[in-house]
Amino acid sequence: MSQQSTAKVSLAVEIAGLRMKNPVMPASGTFGYGEEFAPYLDLNRLGAIVTKGLSLRPKAGNPTPRICETVSGMLNAIGLQNVGVDAFIEHKMPFLREINTPVIANFFGNTLEEYGEVARRLNEIPELAAVELNISCPNVKQGGIVFGTDPQAAHQAVDVVRKNLDKPLIVKLTPNVTDITVIARAVADAGADAVSCINTLTGMSIDVRRRKPKIANRTGGLSGPAIRPVAVRMVYQVVQAVAIPVIGVGGISSAEDALEFLIAGAQAVQVGTANFVDPDAMQQVIDGLERFCIEEGIADIRELIGSLEV
Amino acid sequence: MSNFKTRILANQEISPGYWRMRIQAPGAVADCRAGQFLMFRVQLSLLPLLRRPFGIFRTGFQPSDVDGLPPVEYLEILYKVVGQGTAMMSELHHGDRVEILGPLGRGFDGGEPGRRKILVGGGIGLVPLYMLAEQLVDGSEVRLLMGGRTRDDIIVVTEFERLGVQTYVSTEDGSLGDRGLVTAVLQQQLDADPDAEVFACGPLPMLEAVYGICRQRQVPLQVSLEALMACGVGACLGCVVKGVGHSETSPRFLCTCKEGPVFRAEQLAWDRLDRTEGTCEGCK
Repeated sequence: MSQQSTAKVSLAVEIAGLRMKNPVMPASGTFGYGEEFAPYLDLNRLGAIVTKGLSLRPKAGNPTPRICETVSGMLNAIGLQNVGVDAFIEHKMPFLREINTPVIANFFGNTLEEYGEVARRLNEIPELAAVELNISCPNVKQGGIVFGTDPQAAHQAVDVVRKNLDKPLIVKLTPNVTDITVIARAVADAGADAVSCINTLTGMSIDVRRRKPKIANRTGGLSGPAIRPVAVRMVYQVVQAVAIPVIGVGGISSAEDALEFLIAGAQAVQVGTANFVDPDAMQQVIDGLERFCIEEGIADIRELIGSLEV
Repeated sequence: MSNFKTRILANQEISPGYWRMRIQAPGAVADCRAGQFLMFRVQLSLLPLLRRPFGIFRTGFQPSDVDGLPPVEYLEILYKVVGQGTAMMSELHHGDRVEILGPLGRGFDGGEPGRRKILVGGGIGLVPLYMLAEQLVDGSEVRLLMGGRTRDDIIVVTEFERLGVQTYVSTEDGSLGDRGLVTAVLQQQLDADPDAEVFACGPLPMLEAVYGICRQRQVPLQVSLEALMACGVGACLGCVVKGVGHSETSPRFLCTCKEGPVFRAEQLAWDRLDRTEGTCEGCK
């Protein structure tokens, strides 16, 4: 891409006061704490970085095997293994601080009190641009999805976080509900600045020779291209239902995939499983978005957002 | 080398079900350490979605097929066809484009110079031991103990011999070498030379037996583990194994791709390793 053509297109977007060079960021849990991918990708080129979900104390995660491949996707039950919020501040932030890209910390709790406490600690990190609240992990017994499937519990979780947080608050929603718009409205009412949808779909895969589940947790979160149509549909529904910005996530591995979400109304996108397949995937999405805008004669990518004709 | 697109130089079946693939890889000779692995993208489509991890067998130079051009740097992997991904790989030919991420992970520590080195390979687990043997033969006497179910599982042993490695073969059905398990040969070897160091790669039950034998004699052991992986760079945490001190109340996991795939035996919680850990598509 020549310098001249780059200057013609603006890929910049803004979500809840968070300014990004482009609308592309990793999905939490698929990008470690950023440093894992630094040898393969210029982190300064990303719209934002979203780190692995943090809890108050370090969390060991689930027994193995934790992953398996499925048709155009994968199942995982990592179980939110993470270093804990204090180790994140001490050991991971120094690296992230040096990057010229907004950093968004994803986090979760086992109880309402923990949600509030982690939010309070993250709020004290000036270099964090925003936080993403996970109320939707399907792979942990306590917390997680319990808060994401009941509108009242979701409201409470967001409420307690909001009281402890001045930064922009993104809430990540689960697709494992009858009507995602009900939860989206509940978290918007409680003070969320944006929502990201969707997290993984609960799935199961069986080893037919051993007659056993392929992953130790029996069920896991399905991700990858296989879930994209579900994610696009849910983003489309949530965009109609709430006034706050929506971040689209689910099976994006190319610019065209990302464009589906943007046209459906998402203001930004997260790339997940594709990072595992190709550590350069997000750069390819960014380059492809720029190419598409040039080809379509679009000067500002925001013109595309919500441009769906039905 | 990191993440690069390249082409296949050769892809041949060397024993029923076992294949050897040579891939053009600039920088391979200088960049690879014995015991490292790579992630191989089988094809640029959604099936199979994830890359496959493979131990690096060897690196080298071959003459360019164009007169006057410098030799072509390559790396080689050996793989066993066991699933969809490896079956598709066996269909690839000279000149086909592929994507490689690597070399990745921690390799072997060469141990104490002068001390005899015993390498124990089970089937396709022999792969990461060749570069190690290349490195060790300069300073130590090296022996390879190679085990398999049948003679078909005994691969590339002559190449170790060419390095000056003494080789011992055992098969469970007796179709090649001694009848029985490779671990029986290891016992005999260590009875004769309790001062040796051991390096092993193969199925987990074999590694467990090797560990038992080495621990009893207080012989240093390094093992190369196999694991299911999605990313290969320490981000997905799908390939973890239980480290020493692991318990339900204070779990301790080690990432096979980043903290391994080679571990010193004392790093691992052997009595708690899951038998399903270390089973992927005939690869690392």
